[in-house]
Amino acid sequence: MPEGFILVDPESQPESSPTPISFAAPTAQRAAWRVWALVLGAAVAWLLVWGRLQPFADWLTYEIIGLAPDSRLGESVAFFLYDVPKILMLLGGMIFLVTVVRSFFSAERTRQLLGGKREGVGNVLAAGLGVVTPFCSCSAVPLFIGFVETGIPLGVTFSFLIATPMVNEVALAMLFGLFGWQIAGLYMITGLAVAIVAGWFIGRIPDIEKGVEDFVWQIDVGEANIQASKPTWTERFEQAWRTTKEIVGKVWPYVVVGIAIGAAIHGYVPEDALADVLGADAWWSVPAGVLLGIPMYSNAAGIIPVVHALTEKGAALGTVLAFMMSVIALSLPEMIILRRVLKLRLIAIFIAVVASGILLVGFLFNAVI
Amino acid sequence: MIIKILGTGCANCKRLKQLAAQVIKELGIEAKVVEVTDISAIMSYGVTTTPGLVIDEKLIGYGGVPSKQQLTHLIQQAA
Repeated sequence: MPEGFILVDPESQPESSPTPISFAAPTAQRAAWRVWALVLGAAVAWLLVWGRLQPFADWLTYEIIGLAPDSRLGESVAFFLYDVPKILMLLGGMIFLVTVVRSFFSAERTRQLLGGKREGVGNVLAAGLGVVTPFCSCSAVPLFIGFVETGIPLGVTFSFLIATPMVNEVALAMLFGLFGWQIAGLYMITGLAVAIVAGWFIGRIPDIEKGVEDFVWQIDVGEANIQASKPTWTERFEQAWRTTKEIVGKVWPYVVVGIAIGAAIHGYVPEDALADVLGADAWWSVPAGVLLGIPMYSNAAGIIPVVHALTEKGAALGTVLAFMMSVIALSLPEMIILRRVLKLRLIAIFIAVVASGILLVGFLFNAVI
Repeated sequence: MIIKILGTGCANCKRLKQLAAQVIKELGIEAKVVEVTDISAIMSYGVTTTPGLVIDEKLIGYGGVPSKQQLTHLIQQAA
C-alpha cells in the first residue's frame, strides 16, 4: 500500500531557517475550482459507464464475438468481459476515495492519538486507525519502534498491525464488486473484530514484552513534534490520482488472471461440485483454509475472484472468508519484516492468535449462514 | 548539499534515491545523495514512515515519494 509524501511544516521544526520558505509545490497554483470540476466530472462519467457495463459485455460477447447465449464458452466470456472492467473501475474509484480520506491521517498522527490510551479502548481505536492510516508493510519496523517508544501498549500496537493489511481498500472493493456490500461489510466488521480481540489477547499474555528484540527498547526516537504541513485539496486529489494509477497499474494483471480463472470455474465446473470438500459440513476445511493461507501471499486482487467462483460452486462462505483473511492478514513477507523487531517466539504467538481468531470467524459464519 | 534518504531499503526508498540523483543531475547542483538505513539513525529524525527526505540535516518530508516536479522544487529551495 503506497503512502503519500508528507511535507514537514518548516515552522514546526525548531531549527528552521530564518527566512520563511514556501513549501507549496508549483502545481498547487492550478486553480482549485478546475481540479474540483475535473474530479466531479470524472465521478459522473464513472457512474454513467458503470450502469452500462452489463449490456455492453453482453453485446460484445453475443453480437460482436457471436457466441451462443446459452453456451458455456459464451457464459464464461460474458462473465469475464463484465467483471474485468467492473472490478477495475471499482478498484480505481475506491482507491482514489480512500487515498483522499487517508490524506487526513498519518502514521505520526496515529501514534500521537494512541499514546496514553489504555488497553481496550486503545485496541478499538488502533484497529480503526489501522484502516485509515496510510501505511505500507515496508514501514512496519520504524512504525513498530515508534509506537513502542511512545508507550503504546504492545497489544494495542498489534491491533493496528493486524487491522492494517486485513481491512484494505483493494480487498473491500473486490468483495463489494463480486459478493455485494453485505459480504464486504461483514468482512470489514469481522476483520476489525479479529484485530481488536487478537491484539487485546496478546497484550494479556504475561511477560509479552520479552518477545520484543532488546535493541528496540534502547532506541531513542527523535522529536515527535514534527508536523506535516496541511496539503491543499488539489494536492490531496493529485496524490490520490497518483496512488490510484500506481495501485491499479500494479494489481490489474492479478485481477485479469483471477477473473479469468473465476470465469472458467463459473462456466465449466458443475454446480455444487465443491459442496462436499468446501461446504459448511466439512468442518476441517476451515482450519485447512487458514493453514493454507498463512504462507500464501497474494494480494486480494488475485485471490478474491477465484474464491468467489468457488462459493458459487458450493464452497461455504465461512471457509472462504477464513481463507481470504489468512492469505491477506498473515503473510510470510510481513512476518520476515517483523522478525527484525520481534523474537521468533512472539511471531509464533502472533500468528497463532490471529489464526485462531480467523478460525473462529470461519466457524461462526458456517454455523450462522 | 547533502541529501539523505531515510529508509530500510524499501521499494519507495530506492525510487526516492534514484529520483533525487536524477533531479540533482538535471539541476546541475553539487550534492551528495546518502542512504541512511540504520534504524536508530532513521528514528532519530522522528520519522516512522519511510522513506524520509533530509536535506542538509533538515527533515523535509516523509512517508512516500514526491513527484519529480515537487522534489525539484524542494531541492532548488534548499540550495
